[in-house]
Amino acid sequence: MSTEGLTTSAYIKHHLQNLTCSFQEGGFHCAHTAEEAKAMGFWAFNMDTLVVSLVLGLVFLFLFSKVAKHISADVPSGMQNFVEWVVEFIDSSVRGSFNGRSALVAPLALSIFAWIFLMNLMDLVPIDYISLITQPMGIGHFKLVPTTDPNATIGMAIGVFLLVLFYSIKVKGLGGFIGELTLQPFGKFGLPVNLFLEGVNLIAKPVSLALRLFGNMYAGEMIFILIALMGASWVSFSLTNTLLFSSQILLSLGWAIFHILIVTLQAFIFMTLTIVYLDMAHQEHH
Amino acid sequence: MNINATLIGQTIMFALFVWFCMKFVWPPIMAALDARNKRIADGLAAAERGKNDLALAAKRSAEILREAKEKVSEIIASGDKRASEIIEEAKIQAKLEGDRIITAAKAEVEQEIFRAKEQLRTQVSAIALAGAGKILGREIDATAHNDLLDKLVAEI
Repeated sequence: MSTEGLTTSAYIKHHLQNLTCSFQEGGFHCAHTAEEAKAMGFWAFNMDTLVVSLVLGLVFLFLFSKVAKHISADVPSGMQNFVEWVVEFIDSSVRGSFNGRSALVAPLALSIFAWIFLMNLMDLVPIDYISLITQPMGIGHFKLVPTTDPNATIGMAIGVFLLVLFYSIKVKGLGGFIGELTLQPFGKFGLPVNLFLEGVNLIAKPVSLALRLFGNMYAGEMIFILIALMGASWVSFSLTNTLLFSSQILLSLGWAIFHILIVTLQAFIFMTLTIVYLDMAHQEHH
Repeated sequence: MNINATLIGQTIMFALFVWFCMKFVWPPIMAALDARNKRIADGLAAAERGKNDLALAAKRSAEILREAKEKVSEIIASGDKRASEIIEEAKIQAKLEGDRIITAAKAEVEQEIFRAKEQLRTQVSAIALAGAGKILGREIDATAHNDLLDKLVAEI
């Protein structure tokens, strides 16, 4: 928005472009355009996604481990109260959906919830403010919300998927897991059909996790960008421009308030689905 | 919006965060929560126990009070009995003492009477002798007529 002569589509593209960097020609270079980023292929890194999610993850772990270090069973106060409230909420969610006994699932759920919540929360930072910091540093593109980058959500979904596979095999044995994939619902004579159905069922888990979160956050970010465009059309003082500008303020306020719900809800859904998938991995199918 | 190696980095970060959370965050918090739950449960149980103890103590104190009252009335009754016994005994003793004093006094009086009689008797015999002497006109040999005189005295 600060750059003159920016078209609407260029503005949108600018905001949807990650800071993609890779090792090329002996140095670490960052792409300036979408085409350049595409040309980098698979072995490139979205530095904005990685840095922001790393910082947010560390913020979460720092706060919680600080409380955990000094926690006592006496009357809690301040930060400890908040942390205990979150932990108890996660614990009751896990107890409600997960029937097995596992030392991993509850902390996993807490990490997922807190991390995704913080990453989603970045959506509430006004979209053009981050460039006030990054532009002077010479960074062209910077997407502040890691969950609007499919790499982030797919990366987490892969983590969950690996855990699902690990626990499926650990609980049922390799044979049991393969049997589950091939011998139902139609018995051993319907093997190809079974494999297809169960395979889709299995693959659908990480895909649903990754794409639901990405889709929701991406759409939310898109609407923020479109709302921000209303005021960007300001050229001169006129009735239309004033109306557009004030409706930008009102709409972004309304969408941001609504987004507080989405932010929490999407983090909660990702967490709950993870718990449910791991619960299914622990159970024998009937 | 390309799929690239970011997702590998993200997966590794995810795994590290979960590991850290599982190792250093979750267990101490849960331990503290469990400890507090246990403490609250213990406190409630202790309160319940205390209430029971109180009721029991009240019952026991009432019982002790009742027993003490019984004992007191017992002691008072036995005291009364003992007092009347002592009075009875004192009365009997006083009576005996009185009787004894009376008897002793009587005996003394009798002795006095006897002694007075004796004196009287000797004086009477002396008078009689003097009278008889005067009547006979001569001295009677007291020693020669002693036995006669003694007879006379005994007769008197």
